[in-house]
Amino acid sequence: MKKIKKLTSKKQTQRRREWIIEKLLFSAAVISVFTTLAILGVLLFEAVGFFEEVSIIDFFTGTKWTPLFRDQQFGVLPLVWGTLMVTAIALSVAVPIGLGSAIFLSEYAPEKLRKIVKPILEILAGIPTVVYGYFALTFVTPLLQVVFPEMIVFNALSAGLVMGVMIIPMVASLSEDAMMAVPQSFREGAYALGARKHEVALGIVVPSALSGIIASFILAISRAVGETMIVSIAAGSTPKLTLNPLESIQTMTGYITQISLGEAPFGSLEYKTIFSVGLTLFLMTLVINLIGQWVAKRYWKRY
Amino acid sequence: MGGETLLEEVLKLVIKHKSRTKDVWRKVKGDIVLALCLTGIVLTLMSLAALLFDAFQEGLPWLDIQFLTSFASRRPEQAGILVALMGSIWVVGLTALISFPLGVGAALYLEEYAPQNRLTSFIRLNIANLAGVPSIVYGILGLGLFVEALALGRSILAGALTLSLLILPVIIIVSQEAIRSVPTADREGAYARGATRWQVTREIVVPQAFPGMLTGTILALSRAIGEAAPMIAIAALVYVPFTPTGPLDRFTVMPIQIFNWVNQPQSAFRGLAAAGILVLLAVLLGMNSIAIFIRNRYQKRGR
Repeated sequence: MKKIKKLTSKKQTQRRREWIIEKLLFSAAVISVFTTLAILGVLLFEAVGFFEEVSIIDFFTGTKWTPLFRDQQFGVLPLVWGTLMVTAIALSVAVPIGLGSAIFLSEYAPEKLRKIVKPILEILAGIPTVVYGYFALTFVTPLLQVVFPEMIVFNALSAGLVMGVMIIPMVASLSEDAMMAVPQSFREGAYALGARKHEVALGIVVPSALSGIIASFILAISRAVGETMIVSIAAGSTPKLTLNPLESIQTMTGYITQISLGEAPFGSLEYKTIFSVGLTLFLMTLVINLIGQWVAKRYWKRY
Repeated sequence: MGGETLLEEVLKLVIKHKSRTKDVWRKVKGDIVLALCLTGIVLTLMSLAALLFDAFQEGLPWLDIQFLTSFASRRPEQAGILVALMGSIWVVGLTALISFPLGVGAALYLEEYAPQNRLTSFIRLNIANLAGVPSIVYGILGLGLFVEALALGRSILAGALTLSLLILPVIIIVSQEAIRSVPTADREGAYARGATRWQVTREIVVPQAFPGMLTGTILALSRAIGEAAPMIAIAALVYVPFTPTGPLDRFTVMPIQIFNWVNQPQSAFRGLAAAGILVLLAVLLGMNSIAIFIRNRYQKRGR
């Protein structure tokens, strides 16, 4: 009788322990949900305070961003425009070069070469962005000034080009993954019909992997929109609506860094702009990421 | 009649010529495609070479014992990276302590415990989305949540908590992969002998998945140590005249110090920035080597 009691109590403690551990692991998993809620909460809380002082319509439609001047204007469009311009420059570098690299690695390169090049791409992907910023300012900008002598030191072009280099590994490796997932029989079928290598690559492999490739472009856009250090170092700090990439501009991320550097006093309007601009940035990247995931999902279903 | 044959002759000639030019054109086209793809890879590799060359050329003359053991200074020849290096070690050390157990716990829950329900798939979707949030947004979250709301101030702890949230999605995703590679048969054998879920997790799953989890976490931490944007939001840009002694001290980290030096107008500080970059890259190389070492040892054991 005693023995049975001891056994059941042992079983009970074991069961309790199992229960506690499950709940502990569950709470670790739920932290991610809290993180999202906290991001939204913090951004909305301070942004609401901001929009009590600045009209939300002026914020999203205004064409002047001058929070540090005497005549304060809070139109976020110049910052959004700067972000889009740098992103466009970055993509015009990263998309062709990344895609070309991916086609080469997936369709042309012998296994030995692939084994050398892929780790190098990983190195490129692991370099801190502040290093890219240094590279843009001290190497690429002087180089560009040889071509465009009238160009000033801080400009959108240099930052955008280097950001493109930063994103190449991401486009290349995601696109390559998508191409490698195309069944070998597709290629062989085309070869049997007399197609050449480039016709197989461009006519069969790329179209079959298209949604994976497009997903990699979309994720690249999201990376470029959120990238901070390169633009903070090399793109300048003059928010403006311009089409000229040789001019100094400012992105949303660049503005947030600029204000953060100076330790804006908590609760000031200047401090709150960090959150209203941050909210705009967060929502933009969220939408881009959701589109990217939707496209990627379509692709994974196919094979 | 005769005219028709002439027409036929001409047509035949044209078709013959066309198919020949078409053949040549196909070959040329193939060569062009290969050349373009090869250019992509070469440009990528050249960018990496230029970036490293630039940093070494500028930084090596400044890199000495004095640089590693001195505080930041307004005089470039006396300035060093000691405070930032110690700050980085403190922040990343604390980040490791916080993020590793949480990330592994969350991954264990999702792979071993979680029921197939809406909450679980929501958590998964949420983790995927968090991985795409720009790092500066995490900085804003840390500023609003840890620095201000939880009143931790601009401290090492606030920085480490922020970085932990930033890399948690990555740690969870790689840990899940490591857990998934444990054979189901191993688990079932233990269950068949009456083991509880936690016993299976602790005795079967964790030991086999541990090297993979560790490797992934070290790689995530090496990303954290290079992050500048969220750290600027937390720590701002101030002169810290002491090496940290506890988690509630003010701090600076290497990427912030590099950013600070890049932004100085005198060219001597550019050299300091490059030297700082070399130290940062050396630390990254060290961390990656450890990760690769663990991965290789683990692979040799035959899995």
